[in-house]
Amino acid sequence: MLAYTVKRLFTLIPTLLAASILVFLFVHLIPGDPAAILLGDTATPEEIAQLSAEMGFDRPLWIQYFLWLGNVLQGDLGISIFFREPVLAVIGSGAETSILLASMTMFWIILIGLPIGVLSATKHGTWVDQITSSGAMLAASMPTFWLGLYLIMIFSVTLGWFPSSGFPSLSDDGGITNLRYLILPSLTLAAPNAALIVRLVRASMLDVAREDHVRTARAKGLHPARVTIKHVFRNALIAVAAAFGFTFAALISEAVVTETVFSLPGIGRLVVQSILRRDYPVIQGVILVIVVLYMIINLLVDLAYARLDPRVSLK
Amino acid sequence: MALLEVENLEIAVSTQRNLLPVVQGVSFTVDENETLGIVGESGCGKSLTSLAIMGLLGTSPVRITGGSIHFDGMNLLALSERERRAIMGNRMAMIFQEPMTSLNPVYRIGDQIVENLRQHQNLSHAAARDRSVELLSLVRIPDPSERIDSFPHQMSGGQRQRVMIAMALSCDPKLLIADEPTTALDVTVQKEVLDLMADLQSRMGTAIVLISHDLGVIAETCDKVAVMYRGKIAEAASTADLFAELLHPYTRGLLNSIPVVDRDVEWLEAIPGRVPTLEETLTGCAFQPRCELATELCACEAPQTTQFKPGHSVQCHFAGQDRS
Repeated sequence: MLAYTVKRLFTLIPTLLAASILVFLFVHLIPGDPAAILLGDTATPEEIAQLSAEMGFDRPLWIQYFLWLGNVLQGDLGISIFFREPVLAVIGSGAETSILLASMTMFWIILIGLPIGVLSATKHGTWVDQITSSGAMLAASMPTFWLGLYLIMIFSVTLGWFPSSGFPSLSDDGGITNLRYLILPSLTLAAPNAALIVRLVRASMLDVAREDHVRTARAKGLHPARVTIKHVFRNALIAVAAAFGFTFAALISEAVVTETVFSLPGIGRLVVQSILRRDYPVIQGVILVIVVLYMIINLLVDLAYARLDPRVSLK
Repeated sequence: MALLEVENLEIAVSTQRNLLPVVQGVSFTVDENETLGIVGESGCGKSLTSLAIMGLLGTSPVRITGGSIHFDGMNLLALSERERRAIMGNRMAMIFQEPMTSLNPVYRIGDQIVENLRQHQNLSHAAARDRSVELLSLVRIPDPSERIDSFPHQMSGGQRQRVMIAMALSCDPKLLIADEPTTALDVTVQKEVLDLMADLQSRMGTAIVLISHDLGVIAETCDKVAVMYRGKIAEAASTADLFAELLHPYTRGLLNSIPVVDRDVEWLEAIPGRVPTLEETLTGCAFQPRCELATELCACEAPQTTQFKPGHSVQCHFAGQDRS
């Protein structure tokens, strides 16, 4: 397991390099002088020339890339044009919100998605299955911005149960109770993804239930619930684990929308605002961080996959 | 009273419109220490009969519509699901055709045997594990104390079928149902598995119902034989009687289809035609469209089971007659 993990970490290097080239070219592929774009319409030619020299835009592209890469490897993602602060610090300030939001979302996805999926599969063909399946279909097809606004209307405006926007840090007044700010956003984010998991758990459990070894388990005289959980669900989890990698990718793009709807000071909203402010160093930095995170999550998914399925060899 | 008594068993598939009968009026008995072979082509109802005895038809659209199954003095069809489960894997066990897929791929084989043991016997995990090692050595798995921690994919098909046998025998069942246990195996491994089953039977006195499409396997291992054709028993007798005198033209056709190695032929013998599908309603004998002896009588009237000789029954208007 350890050897495999180390080996997989090494195979991440070429992928990361490729990603870094794409991220670097992001600014340079935009037509025109990057310095002029960075400074906006009101900049004078002198200012543009000065920034060009400052940022090294006058040097050959490949030299610029290696200088940038060298900085990135030392943890220096550049300086935010808007905040006048290191990009890493800017991203770090949004990290708490985003990490908490993602964790709560995953919590809902597992808490809602798995049991309803199992229920839907065990009761398949009955009205229970029809209700859960159509509910899942509805949740999966609802746009997050719409669902978010609806939840705000019902639970914040009308019922007043949860705050509608913002998120004070856990270290501020209120401490752990500040998590209530994240309940609606995390439910918004979780809904379509939990629905996906419901459908996946249902489909793969129905597949597994047809397999010969399930008949063997029944022939042992085991209780049907034991057959369902220990034999059917356990095998169905293999396919579900693989989907969690994709769920994470979906979460990133949906988080951008959700954090905007709920005005959460997270990384998703930072991206949107940085695009509006043309703060390219921040956009570059966030993309790079997301790429690295995505690869780490997928590595974890692969490791989980190997734990769940003994036929997958870690060599 | 015999250990297993199946009487007039009727099984049907329910479709959206109606019930299609797949097994009709099947009766047989099996005594302790006896092996009954059920032989027939695919789709003749032999596997469904075995699943019905075992209680594995479950929630499928296939259900028992008539008849009775008595096992060890109990009317199985009158038992609650819970009482039924107490028998399954315990006093009655089953092994299946597909050793490659019949074991759960994510659990070690030892855990799968232990699960069966602890379901029915009040054993500690350690005791069940010791017993599992014994069972593995009983079915001649080399290094059983090591192999007990193997996953199914680390074993060959023959070894997996041995594991299935070990699991089935773990609670000393009185009846073992083997549905095509050797069909998926190499010929040499087939022989080993059949010998193993015969050996275990002579030691434990287990009754065996062996389902096969292979008359050769049946001839070698069974005390008596029931030949099934489209849901009915066409001919039944002790193995010796049956092969001494093949009464039903279908049984003769099955036997003739076995290639003989030292005879040089251009075409292998086969029974012409195909088994009528379930949707086709038949008024006469189900085998009549393929039968060389068929007359108008066969087309209008289904033959009843007749005792041709004591212990040798047949369903044919022209039982024992040759084409002449």
